[in-house]
Amino acid sequence: MKLPTFPGGIHPLDNKATTATKALVNCSLPNELIVPMLQHIGAPAACCVTVGQQVAKGEQIGTAVGPVSVPIHAPTSGEVIAIEPRLHPVGRPLPAVVIRPDGDERWHKGLQGYDPDSLNPDELRQLLQQAGIVGLGGATFPTHIKLSPPPDRRIDTLIINGVECEPYLTGDHRLMLEEGSKIVDGILILRQILGVNQVILAIENNKPDAIDAMRKLCLKTPIEVQPLPVKYPQGAEKQLIEAITGRQVPSGKLPMDCGAVVQNVGTAAAVSTAVRQGRPLIERITTVTGTGVRNPQNLRAVIGTPLSHLIEQCGGFSDDPGKIILGGPMMGNSQISLEVPVIRGTSGLLVLRHQDVSIKKPGPCIRCGQCVKVCPIHLQPTVIALCARLGLIERADSYNALDCIECGCCTYQCPATLPLVQSIREIKGAIMEHKRKH
Amino acid sequence: MLAAVACLGGIGLVAATALGIAAKKFAVEVDPREAAILAALPGVNCGACGEPGCSGYARAVAEGRLAPNLCPPGGQQTAEALADILGIKIKVKEPAVAVVICQGGDNLARQKYHYLGLEDCNAAQKLAGGPKSCPGGCLGLGSCVRACLFGAITMTPEHLAVIDRDKCTGCEQCLKACPRQVMIMAPKTVTTHVLCNSHDKGAEVRKYCQVGCIGCNICKKTVPEAYTIDNLLARVNYAQADNAALAIAKCPMKCIRDLVDNNSAEKPGSDETVPAG
Amino acid sequence: MDKALYISSSPHIHSGVTTDKIMRLVIYALLPAVAVAVIFFGLPALKVLLICTLGCVACEALCCKLMKQPVSIGDGSAALTGILLALNLPPSSPWWMALLGAAIAIIIGKMIFGGLGYNPFNPALVARVVLLISFPIQMTSWTAPAPLSMGFDALSSATPLGEMKSAVMLTGQLPEMATSGFDRYFYGLMAGSLGEVSALVLLLGGLFLIFKRVITWHIPVSFIGSVIVMAGIFWLIDPTRYPSPLFHLLTGGLMLGVFFMATDMVTSPITARGMLIFGCGCGLLTVLIRLFGGYPEGVSFAILLMNAATPLIDRYTRAEIYGDHHHDRGGLQ
Repeated sequence: MKLPTFPGGIHPLDNKATTATKALVNCSLPNELIVPMLQHIGAPAACCVTVGQQVAKGEQIGTAVGPVSVPIHAPTSGEVIAIEPRLHPVGRPLPAVVIRPDGDERWHKGLQGYDPDSLNPDELRQLLQQAGIVGLGGATFPTHIKLSPPPDRRIDTLIINGVECEPYLTGDHRLMLEEGSKIVDGILILRQILGVNQVILAIENNKPDAIDAMRKLCLKTPIEVQPLPVKYPQGAEKQLIEAITGRQVPSGKLPMDCGAVVQNVGTAAAVSTAVRQGRPLIERITTVTGTGVRNPQNLRAVIGTPLSHLIEQCGGFSDDPGKIILGGPMMGNSQISLEVPVIRGTSGLLVLRHQDVSIKKPGPCIRCGQCVKVCPIHLQPTVIALCARLGLIERADSYNALDCIECGCCTYQCPATLPLVQSIREIKGAIMEHKRKH
Repeated sequence: MLAAVACLGGIGLVAATALGIAAKKFAVEVDPREAAILAALPGVNCGACGEPGCSGYARAVAEGRLAPNLCPPGGQQTAEALADILGIKIKVKEPAVAVVICQGGDNLARQKYHYLGLEDCNAAQKLAGGPKSCPGGCLGLGSCVRACLFGAITMTPEHLAVIDRDKCTGCEQCLKACPRQVMIMAPKTVTTHVLCNSHDKGAEVRKYCQVGCIGCNICKKTVPEAYTIDNLLARVNYAQADNAALAIAKCPMKCIRDLVDNNSAEKPGSDETVPAG
Repeated sequence: MDKALYISSSPHIHSGVTTDKIMRLVIYALLPAVAVAVIFFGLPALKVLLICTLGCVACEALCCKLMKQPVSIGDGSAALTGILLALNLPPSSPWWMALLGAAIAIIIGKMIFGGLGYNPFNPALVARVVLLISFPIQMTSWTAPAPLSMGFDALSSATPLGEMKSAVMLTGQLPEMATSGFDRYFYGLMAGSLGEVSALVLLLGGLFLIFKRVITWHIPVSFIGSVIVMAGIFWLIDPTRYPSPLFHLLTGGLMLGVFFMATDMVTSPITARGMLIFGCGCGLLTVLIRLFGGYPEGVSFAILLMNAATPLIDRYTRAEIYGDHHHDRGGLQ
């Protein structure tokens, strides 16, 4: 049987073998945790502790501001030693609470688990927001918002994303192998909140062990495990919906506008923990990998752990690091310092050696059409990039620059090594500004 | 032969008549002064006046919405020509030129990372605040060069923007293109400038730049009326800059320069006493 | 952490297939055809090849120096243009004509527009057509292929297309050579330009390029398909006057054009539908020019004409984007 997929996309080397067989390891506590107030899409949380205050594990240290926001919790017990801007993965200092762990791991009193069957969807959503659950695939969109479709939208499909299409990353893979039952439990809670019948767990078939494991666990549940062929960006929300349902999210709209909701497997596991045990999202799985790391591993690290500590846990650098990337190599952000902490969206830490970084200067576009061929949105990246270079804002808009999902396929494939995504990102900013003005 | 001539001639005649009628019938009423103003403008469509182009400015001037002295590329001559057309007297603005207040090329200023990607300062600035350690230093990727309609800006091999004061018309397009405000407008008559854009503390500045202003106040002590210290950064007071040049030799960081008289001090970097970064 | 880190916008990895690698692969794909040309036509062919290739590289280096740009000959595109130009010239071409062709290809065909990526027309074809119009005698003096003869005592001969055209014009009938014995054309035993002789090796080179994903199937398939359909229609109308589609496919520069000239990335459309339209247009024009035009061969003119239409084709063949079913595509904006 031919497996469903989406048109376009690329087949980069997945480089997952180094960590795919390595079991999850708990990362030790560092001397200092840096917990930024912005770890999700939406308004940053407001800090609600003071310097010198003792906090318990799971205690709120930042409260949600407005509906599209989630609270931030203390990742362990300890003392607040500073509240100040610290370097954030986005590349500039942002407000953060710095905690010195006391090593007791004392849980906050009042954290209480529930039986999901005893709660109604609204109570469950409330619970998830209070637990700070956001999309753990990397986008960190608050989960309770995604689970609250307006009454006029009928959601008929819940898709659980176990695709993990970014090269190098294996965190979701290991999670499915080691904590599959927790994922299944979380999926069933998500299903209960949305009230949908059809639940599909999508896994790329480069993880046959995960497919088997999840199939066994899902036998007596309404969850259907769907293998997908290996292709990047299959795990991108829009592409996954197209692959699974054949539907397309209307341009400029949300997945719920075509009746689908997508949640990551890591999010599902976090949902289960939040509901059953009442424990907020204070840790996540991060794949520390790449040629520049001596002993690559899948680490379970608490939020706020500095990257330097992760590197230490993995045996240090194997050579001069050239590029340090948070997330996968296709959509991750390169970092200037190891003082940056792990946040909720940190799916991986990829270190490339100095000699692995290509410093080739971009050449002229030879109009080969590769970018057009691989674009999963069917855009013409080279034309949009040309508009960007010439400052043709309206023309770029007419070529649908705003629909670009910045997956990076065009840039990966471009023989002239042009920074197409960066150009498109620039012109997208210009288009939005232009639209605000007019 | 005759038929061909008659035929072609006939077609020409008919077409000419049609065009003539159309020109009369569909003629758009234009203020004659607007056309005259447009003719007197330099026609570079730089946008410095605030209108999208020269024709927009011509209309605005003819309608009295904008003053006739707002065209920096045209300068005094154009302003007077426009005033003549309108039959009014105007005060001519003092000509201004853009000045790059940074000397920290690759050889003198530290980079906090190697930037790979789009040759565009605004794009680089978005990645961790730009590669240059100094928060105000010239990024050297040439966004201003591309924004300049008069070819007045060039890049040195050390990736530092340099302005040709003779070609600069003061249209301020480079100021809009620069993400770090490393260009300022200054009267053309003033040639002494403090070439630094960092408000950081002296110790901090020394860490990343060999020619950065450390806010030591020596220039202000030397010529009090010509300098102001704004948040640890010296600036020339352009209203009273006559004696500003006296401080050039005193500046320990060699960041005060005369942009016209290059011999006023040796080039930065050639001096052994410059503190290492 | 002694050395400063690199920072760039995502993505941080690359396929490794760069412009120079693509050019290298195309040159590899052309090597069999080059070898066949040298074997069949001997030293004169080698001379033309060398003059064109070196001439193109030298011209590009010179232009880059004059334009104060970094010298771009390392990307291999100039060498490729040189080889393609040589394959479009008769083996008996005088040295000055080959050199002039190289200069025209690089200077007028490419650098004047700003270099690689900006030229609207295929540079090698521009040079070929300019030479064809300027020096019709030298450009249509053919020698019969004589394998391994080193090119001494070459006999003059006519190309199959030329022979066919003059016979049809004189007698209104196809000569015998245009109705049978096609296998020798397939292997290359016919007079013609360096790269017109063996359909077999060009086909192999083209398949190599498709296999290596340097080119896609769209242009070759639509080009060949439309030649078959168009030639087939005329052939069915009057087989004594119009040659069969197979004759069209195997003779002249068709195979070279299909796989190496029409698929030139810079001058062909970037959309899949655009490529199909482009290939069809090339095929139709080729057959029309061959059957009814003044020149016996029409591939170069057909491709150049379609090159001119490429921007227009690109504009009107934009794919429907993801999630937008009512998008107003194309049109003047």
